[in-house]
Amino acid sequence: MSTRRIVLSTLALALAPCLGLAQTTATPTDVHAHKHAARDSSDPPAPAVDHSKMDHSKMDHSTMDHSTMDHSTMDHSTMDHSKMDHSKMDHSKMDHSTMDHSKAASADVPVTPIPVPTDADRVAAKPPSGGMHSMHGDSLQSFVQFNRLEGYSGDGPGGMAWEGQAWVGGDIHKLWLRSEGERAGGHTEGADLEVLYGRAVAPWWDFVVGMRHDFQPGPAQDFVALGVQGLAPYKFEVAATAYIGESGQTAARLEVEYELLLTNRLVLQPLVELEAHGKSDARRGIGSGLSSIEAGLRLRYEVTRQFAPYLGIVREQALGRTADFARAGDEPAIDTRWVAGVRFWF
Amino acid sequence: MSVKPIIPGRNGLPMPSRRRFVQGLVAAGAATQIGFLPSPGWALKSPDTPVVLSGTEFDLAIGESSVNFSGRARTAVTVNGSLPAPLLRWREGTTVNVRVSNALPKGSVFGHETSIHWHGILLPANMDGVPGLSFAGIHTGETYHYRFTLRQGGTYWYHSHSGFQEQAGLYGALIIDPIEPEPFSFDRDYVVMLSDWTDMDPGRLFARLKKMPGYDNHYKRTLGDFLRDARRDGLAETIEDRKLWGAMRMTPTDLSDVNANTYTYLMNGTTSLGNWTGLFRSGEKVRLRFINGSSMTHFDVRIPGLKMTVVAADGQYVHPVTVDEFRIAAAETFDVIVEPSGQDAFTIFAQDLGRTGHVSGTLAVREGLRAPVPQVDARPILSMADMGHGGMDHASMDHAAMDHAAMGHSMPGMLQHPPGEGSNPLVDMQTMAPTASLDDPGIGLRDNGRTVLSYAMLKSAFADPDGREPGREIELHLTGHMERFSWGFNGQKFADAEPLRLNYGERMRIVLVNDTMMTHPIHLHGMWSDLEDEHGNFMVRKHTVDMPPGTRRSYRVRADALGDWAYHCHLLYHMEAGMMRTVRVEE
Repeated sequence: MSTRRIVLSTLALALAPCLGLAQTTATPTDVHAHKHAARDSSDPPAPAVDHSKMDHSKMDHSTMDHSTMDHSTMDHSTMDHSKMDHSKMDHSKMDHSTMDHSKAASADVPVTPIPVPTDADRVAAKPPSGGMHSMHGDSLQSFVQFNRLEGYSGDGPGGMAWEGQAWVGGDIHKLWLRSEGERAGGHTEGADLEVLYGRAVAPWWDFVVGMRHDFQPGPAQDFVALGVQGLAPYKFEVAATAYIGESGQTAARLEVEYELLLTNRLVLQPLVELEAHGKSDARRGIGSGLSSIEAGLRLRYEVTRQFAPYLGIVREQALGRTADFARAGDEPAIDTRWVAGVRFWF
Repeated sequence: MSVKPIIPGRNGLPMPSRRRFVQGLVAAGAATQIGFLPSPGWALKSPDTPVVLSGTEFDLAIGESSVNFSGRARTAVTVNGSLPAPLLRWREGTTVNVRVSNALPKGSVFGHETSIHWHGILLPANMDGVPGLSFAGIHTGETYHYRFTLRQGGTYWYHSHSGFQEQAGLYGALIIDPIEPEPFSFDRDYVVMLSDWTDMDPGRLFARLKKMPGYDNHYKRTLGDFLRDARRDGLAETIEDRKLWGAMRMTPTDLSDVNANTYTYLMNGTTSLGNWTGLFRSGEKVRLRFINGSSMTHFDVRIPGLKMTVVAADGQYVHPVTVDEFRIAAAETFDVIVEPSGQDAFTIFAQDLGRTGHVSGTLAVREGLRAPVPQVDARPILSMADMGHGGMDHASMDHAAMDHAAMGHSMPGMLQHPPGEGSNPLVDMQTMAPTASLDDPGIGLRDNGRTVLSYAMLKSAFADPDGREPGREIELHLTGHMERFSWGFNGQKFADAEPLRLNYGERMRIVLVNDTMMTHPIHLHGMWSDLEDEHGNFMVRKHTVDMPPGTRRSYRVRADALGDWAYHCHLLYHMEAGMMRTVRVEE
């Protein structure tokens, strides 16, 4: 295959000077034709020359014997081209109309010849054995963020709360950890940890599946978690997760967060969190249906990108049957509290 | 090499007199002419810090050295202890022997393997210096013998192709004196190498980009900007504008991923304070060989008070074109001729594309002079038109609901995207009506009152050296995801992609479409990229083709070099994040 191409180019090269005139006439036509071919990208690219129509099958080079040729005795030095008289040549009788330019080999001949590869070139072109190029784009990365780590005081006793997430992985596959919790009066009111496999499924969305473990309230319980998280249009950060518990309990959690830049360092962060449950759970004070809504507004100052203290106000409201449980337990259904904390990541 | 170069930083060294001495020394050393006149700088140059190496035999040792650009001592990767690496001066037609040894200490944060890639040089594949593609890399204590014959002349550069060593200082100028006399004359000859330095470990910088890609963008639009825009453009229009960007989940102030909040920009390895100085006598012609050895920075360069005549681009002669300013992408080189007179000093001013910082140096009749340094220009903001979304009615567009796959692409002139791009989690944007925009000087440079170089002004001083029409065409889309900091071609990262196959000897066309909002300088190793105009006519021979957002540009490639070649975005962290392919030329 390669030898054939070389033979052809050599042939064409050798012929080129003889066909000089034809070549110059041929080229513009060809340029035109190829441009059309090239611009129409819906068509398969047209080769510059269609060798497939050429039939070399009848050529028999096997009997050629070049071994006895002796070029060493050729003497071109005495050739005198100056006596050649081209003035009598009559090109007017030449008929170019029947020339088929589509098969003109001349268009395939580069002005600067392509060097014939040598064995040394082939050796140099061999990729290194066992050498693997570092897999650009395949790096393992990680991220740990405490979105909220805060103390609060409000209608009830003060306490502290956290919400954080971490991931380790690549662009498509990640292992996620998410945790949220609250402590007051020296004991943990609620705490959960989710371990999730996350897979990027769309430009802005990751699908997550895994486990959620509740340490509190009440005895520990486990859920299977299934959800999506990502960036909704207009840059709302969204996490929506459904849970199926071992006790047959089902739950859903939706969290939406936004960042409003007052300046490039002073950021107002509104947050809304909704929770719903499939069954009532008196032990934990949870009623079926939409159980709570939490709305927060936090104003942070990014001392650095990675460290930002904040102040905020949070209003949490128990809803429906959950609110009934709260009232029965002498707890307010609506809880408003001031928070102060830090947001940091590494 | 035990000598560690002391480079003055912002806070310099404790004793003022000592500091001045060191600065002077470095400036003089760096300013040593490479031209034909005897240089007054030689005498001052420290004999242990070679700046120019010439001939055909070279021994280069890659190791760690201490540097100080910011007032804090940091470790750089250097060649023979120098940053930038020594200027290598070669001659076209000669065969050079370069023995490169890895003297990095064990456990270096820059890795155990090193390499040197000769950027823009035509050579056998195993001399190209890309670990894993051209050779196995140079491991600790090893020496690799590069040997090749120079088939070209001009201004080039070299750098590491291992990990993040290029960011850490491993880059240097490469000048090949041509056999034929050059088609222009000059009295003095200086290299002006621009680069970006960070005190951070570059590996950590990459990790930071993965965690928070917008870390360095401290210019996002705020509530205050909204109120100002509403007063200026009306409330409805401002809301409309915010909705457009919001719907795309993008930020029009995302001009570059890493900027002067992280970087200290350098000129010939010194900061603005170090004031690299090139000497001239009034009326002389001075050739400045600009090389952008940055990892992540496009620079906009001008010399207030002087016209610059561009005579070569990427080492290859162009028809001279006179401008006030040019944008130089990472890895590009421009040779310009200036004729300073009427003033004792002129400032060479290079600001980053994002307008977050600058570096300056001086052309002066003697050491120690300075001219006024301009302010950095106002920060531009990306428009929808910049991203190839121009000429359409955006008000009625709902990007979120667009289904490119279902569009069928039957509309005449409608852009066709590769099938792998649609709903690919690593592709956050697709351009809709890209143009070549060759006559566009680029964002932040339009209508600034100066004559600014554009690609349309660059015409090779020679006809297409191959002459053939391309036999076929490969279209590649530059893709990425800003938030995931993932980059690739056609939605695929290097790690997931097969090599692009070229047939030895063929002339083909590569069409690039930028589907991202970043500007990507695309570099093909081993072969030239012959840039075409919108009609497919040969314009200019380059080794690195810059692709602003919203552009579709094409170039011809003559596949005359067997082997595996790297093909990538020359923004280092984009390459590392996947914007790279192997081009395999086979018989």
